[in-house]
Amino acid sequence: MERQIRYQREARPAWGAEIAKLPGCERLYSCIQCGTCSGTCPMSLYMDYTPRRVIALIREGFYKDALSCRTIWLCASCYSCSSRCPQDIKVTDIMYALKREAIKRKVYPSRFPTPVLAREFYRLVKMFGRNSEFLLVFLLTLKTNPLGFLTMARTGIALLLTGRLSPKVEMIRDAARLRKALEPKEVA
Amino acid sequence: MSNESEKGYLYFPGCSLKSTGRAYEESLLELFRLLDIPLQELDDWNCCGATSYMGIDEEAAFVLGARNLSIACQTPGRDLMAPCSACYMVLRKTQDYTSKYPQVRREVEAAMKRADLPMPGQVKIRHPLEILYHDVGAERLKNLKKRNWLGGTIACYYGCQAVRPYSDVDDAYNPVKMDELLRAMGVQTIDYCLKTKCCAGVLTGTVPPVGRRVNYILLKEAVRKGAQAVVTICPLCQINLDAYQKEISAESGERFDIPILYLPQVLGWMLGGRKKELAFHRCIAGRRYLNEWLRETKEEEAYV
Ligand code: SF4
Ligand code: SF4
Repeated sequence: MERQIRYQREARPAWGAEIAKLPGCERLYSCIQCGTCSGTCPMSLYMDYTPRRVIALIREGFYKDALSCRTIWLCASCYSCSSRCPQDIKVTDIMYALKREAIKRKVYPSRFPTPVLAREFYRLVKMFGRNSEFLLVFLLTLKTNPLGFLTMARTGIALLLTGRLSPKVEMIRDAARLRKALEPKEVA
Repeated sequence: MSNESEKGYLYFPGCSLKSTGRAYEESLLELFRLLDIPLQELDDWNCCGATSYMGIDEEAAFVLGARNLSIACQTPGRDLMAPCSACYMVLRKTQDYTSKYPQVRREVEAAMKRADLPMPGQVKIRHPLEILYHDVGAERLKNLKKRNWLGGTIACYYGCQAVRPYSDVDDAYNPVKMDELLRAMGVQTIDYCLKTKCCAGVLTGTVPPVGRRVNYILLKEAVRKGAQAVVTICPLCQINLDAYQKEISAESGERFDIPILYLPQVLGWMLGGRKKELAFHRCIAGRRYLNEWLRETKEEEAYV
């Protein structure tokens, strides 16, 4: 990665303070930048910023970098960082908070499938009360990589042959009331 | 046998156990039948929301959990078993955060009220691994043992969310309960240092190069240490390790064809369960080994 200069004037420390108010993010400012989270993270190798750096970016208020990086979409929510952090910082919850912010402001990397998958999943469950893996994969491929059907075909066929993928969508009886509980929030 | 296991459990399958993880549900039901422990599926349960909901709308994620817990509370006196690690963790987190954060509690209360659903009371959420370990116990399993395991050495893979961030099932980094149960049954297990490293979750589908790389490392270490099969307790771990072995072999130039099983499949088999009921036919990788290992006697085969 190229070395970048960040200017103080681009930072909005107040934004970091807002993040720290969210449930699970309250210990953000006690980070000692020890890097234990990055060391234990199975995904840090593939991230643009390691989890430790993301924490530093939020604290300083560099919201653009923190929200548009691939790191948050590579986080697999394995909770390794949260369990290992010597300062009891729930890094996983902070990653979740950033994902939500990025979706709200629509600043995630375009055509990056993780947020698309999350959104399609969100919609399916809201509609039916259950997830349909079949539909989900279909929608995801359609929206991010229409040619990807071919590369996924082998796995799909193997799953179909072993009876592990069914095009049937299950719907709960009380779907209407569940939808009511999930309103009024609307996510694009 | 403990009190709980006599009463039986409420059971929250979750979406994966009805589709890609069907073998987990099928083998679990068969194992509990062999153990004579009643399971009752939670009525009209909804999806737990997994990791995706937390990343889009936290309130909605907790509402999904709260509705399931609320249904569970309508059948009091029994623990709720959640076999999928993501479901288990999300239900635990819902309980934890609604009690810890007044702000979350208020939001969930309002949402439940909108839908005219009662707020959940306290229900104990359990994972099958820890039910098998504590309530059933290695002694009882040993007494019921009917077959030896012919499938050689096993790598026990615990994954993430069953043991983290809530570590009531087992230790967050060095869990041993699966190994102890299997060893008590006479099965050899390897010292698998990656047993709680992540399987990459949904990333195998969304960012395949990363997902497959992570699973390559997991498989390679298991094989290097001499494992002939991997045993899991989570549908996501199972599918990630099982479904991409051909691609991983092609990319790495190493040949992987190793069965990825669920703990109840192995235990159920040793307790005399049938191959079909334990859903071994749903495995993708290592099928030729399974055919070799799992031989039913002539009488068993004749009894359909
Ligand atoms: S492990 Fe905790 S204290 Fe250390 S860098 Fe990460 S968040 Fe900060
Ligand atoms: S929860 Fe996310 S950031 Fe933390 S260790 Fe796991 S993958 Fe890395």
